[in-house]
Amino acid sequence: MEVKKKGVASYLQEYGAFLALIFLVIGISIVSPEFRTGNNFLSLLRQSSINGLIAFGMTGVILTGGIDLSVGSVLALSTALCAGMISSGLSAGLSIILALAIGTLLGVISGLLITKGRLQPFIATLITMTIYRGLTMIYTDGKPISNLGDHFILKFAGKGNLFGIPVPVLILLCIFLLFAFLLTQTTFGRKVYAIGSNAQCAQLAGVNINKTKIILYGISGLMASISGIILLSRLNSAQPTLGSGYELDAIASVALGGTSMNGGRGKIQGTLIGVLIIAVLNNGLNILGVSSYYQDVVKGLVILLAVLADRKR
Amino acid sequence: MDIEMKGIHKSFGDNQVLKDAEFYLKSGEIHALMGENGAGKSTLMKILTGVYTKDSGEIIVDGTVVNYKNPQQAEKAGIVFIYQELNVLFDLTVEENLFMGKELTKGFGICNKKAMQKKAQEVLDMMGVNISPKSVMSELSVGQQQMIEICKALMVDARVIIMDEPTAALTQNETRALFQVIASLREKGVSIVYISHRMEEIFEICDRITVLRDGSYIDTKEIKNLNMNDVVKMMIGREIGERFPSRNIKPGKEILQVKHLTKEGFCHDVTFSVRSGEILGVSGLMGAGRTEIMQTIFGNFTKDQGEIYIEGQKVEIKNPSQAMKAGIGFLTEDRKVEGLMLDKSIRENISLANPGKISNRQGVLSKKSERNMVDRSIERFRIRCFGSEHLCGNLSGGNQQKVVLAKWIETNPKILILDEPTRGVDIGAKKEIYQIMNQLAAEGVAIIMVSSELPEILGMSDRIMVVREGEIRGILDKKEADQEKIMTLATGGTV
Repeated sequence: MEVKKKGVASYLQEYGAFLALIFLVIGISIVSPEFRTGNNFLSLLRQSSINGLIAFGMTGVILTGGIDLSVGSVLALSTALCAGMISSGLSAGLSIILALAIGTLLGVISGLLITKGRLQPFIATLITMTIYRGLTMIYTDGKPISNLGDHFILKFAGKGNLFGIPVPVLILLCIFLLFAFLLTQTTFGRKVYAIGSNAQCAQLAGVNINKTKIILYGISGLMASISGIILLSRLNSAQPTLGSGYELDAIASVALGGTSMNGGRGKIQGTLIGVLIIAVLNNGLNILGVSSYYQDVVKGLVILLAVLADRKR
Repeated sequence: MDIEMKGIHKSFGDNQVLKDAEFYLKSGEIHALMGENGAGKSTLMKILTGVYTKDSGEIIVDGTVVNYKNPQQAEKAGIVFIYQELNVLFDLTVEENLFMGKELTKGFGICNKKAMQKKAQEVLDMMGVNISPKSVMSELSVGQQQMIEICKALMVDARVIIMDEPTAALTQNETRALFQVIASLREKGVSIVYISHRMEEIFEICDRITVLRDGSYIDTKEIKNLNMNDVVKMMIGREIGERFPSRNIKPGKEILQVKHLTKEGFCHDVTFSVRSGEILGVSGLMGAGRTEIMQTIFGNFTKDQGEIYIEGQKVEIKNPSQAMKAGIGFLTEDRKVEGLMLDKSIRENISLANPGKISNRQGVLSKKSERNMVDRSIERFRIRCFGSEHLCGNLSGGNQQKVVLAKWIETNPKILILDEPTRGVDIGAKKEIYQIMNQLAAEGVAIIMVSSELPEILGMSDRIMVVREGEIRGILDKKEADQEKIMTLATGGTV
């Protein structure tokens, strides 16, 4: 039998999101001189790191056919706790480490509800999303926690530069490479795709589905809390409403990147491109002075186009 | 209703299922459609009823060319297909199932429950089944559910009814009742297309027979001019003697011992053993609990009671992963649902059960050892593909099954459970699979083969274990076993 040659059309579809990104960047660059500056690109990348980290965690979860709606609330709760610990005098480094551990744990709880509790991912993470947000409100009493003082590590995480590149962008890059390695070069990655492709088959081939899923929801929680720390560093205060709605941008990025919502198919590179498209839209439309109401409509339409193109595959 | 199907071609991906197939049906006849698994019988009938679209060919019903776009259109024209797989909604009642999509109403979409219950009762009485229209489907036995499926076809004024293996799950009494209904339908001028592997049934009730082989039309004949050997010859194109390659292995020591295995609702007090180099056939009716016993041994269901010994050592198996570590491989009944990731490549599918072989201790993949393993399998099992990246969904049934086999054989099992290893596999690939089984037995693997095909059970097994309602009814030696004894045990009799 012969190998079927891929046509131009299929290449276009495979790299459709990437081409869309290039067109967007070139298009907005032509119209707007402010957009096409190096500084703006750096700040665009920095803005994208928050959504990017969450979207990477979300990619792992969605590849198994799940979803994590709780990321915004995990971000808020772990950030509030971190800010609380710092303002009560704990060292910033230790507070950050504890916040990341808490974020992971919050994700693991969602994972346990889904696997051991046999709840559907949508419902399970809707529950944790609601509860975590409520806990954040209780802990902060509905008020932002500021007066964080002057800590090098905390400032460095969100505002620092290394070799002229913002630290959040470096974090994003490192974690992207880690995800790429994990998903394509390890047996763990194989299990993730297998669960999304055919869970029954994976189970019978000896894959521990529950363990794999719990790890992925834990990673998703960890990613949300890393994002939270970057935000905390940039804002220098923890708002109780921080991160609400972030799950939607993350899911949109994953979908833009061509990952199937049923699981089993998708790439982390795709998610990165999806994240950049969303960032370029946010940043570009702002610079062009488009009202935020219209921005949402445009974003929605871009996602619609991307998903339609993907479905024809 | 007269039906003519001519020059029908159909391919799924690279897999040509029908090549120039033909079929002629007269009104008021019972017409057997025969052929091996994968011969294209179901596909041909699904093309007639609009489930699949033909690639080319012509369908003429009562002199007019037709082209049903979906099963609803065919049903409107009076052609109903009773599928082999149950198509019931388990949470709904018998009555709701019978009237699904054709509810009787008082107008404005308000259900007329009284009228529906009355009509449902009439149809159930006609079939001679003692089931209340109000019972919930999931509470019925598989046989009863099958009877409800058949009742569904009687709800519409069908002029042609296609039955695909209708008796596979039925008891003898239910089968009798079904045959009476079929006979009375013929009286009324209804035609029946009867797809079955059970030769005796074909000779008992059918008028004519059409045989398909590898997707091609062989012949249509009056059944009274034929005997069973003629039909077999038409079906497989040669004498039956060659179907099962011979094996001359003396089984060694006992490898697997199962003692008093019990899983509430699935199996009860199951005790048996398999020797190295032995093939143990497991027979029984559909829904008898054969698969459930195997799934319990493999740890996919947690057992309530019982012990499992491998090479004399007691083992605790709580999940498939532990079963694999203990040396058990399990090729599942439905390769499309449980055996394969259809949207993934041959490489990814074979690798799935063998993570240890393709990675280092830290779980980092070695693409080279993976490629070696997969290429070796493709060559050894002669999997027809364009390479290790061929998507499994685009392979033919036989080659798909070889991929699943390869996946399990690469785990180097001491015990290999094969659940319906040749279902939906063409004759050539079937024989190759038998040869692989013999080769494994020669290497000392203990094989358990669950199969619904009696000839396969009789042709391949050293011993035959018959299961009914989750219990072992008897274990027959190859020398003493025949179709009749197996069927007697399977339907609750004793030998």
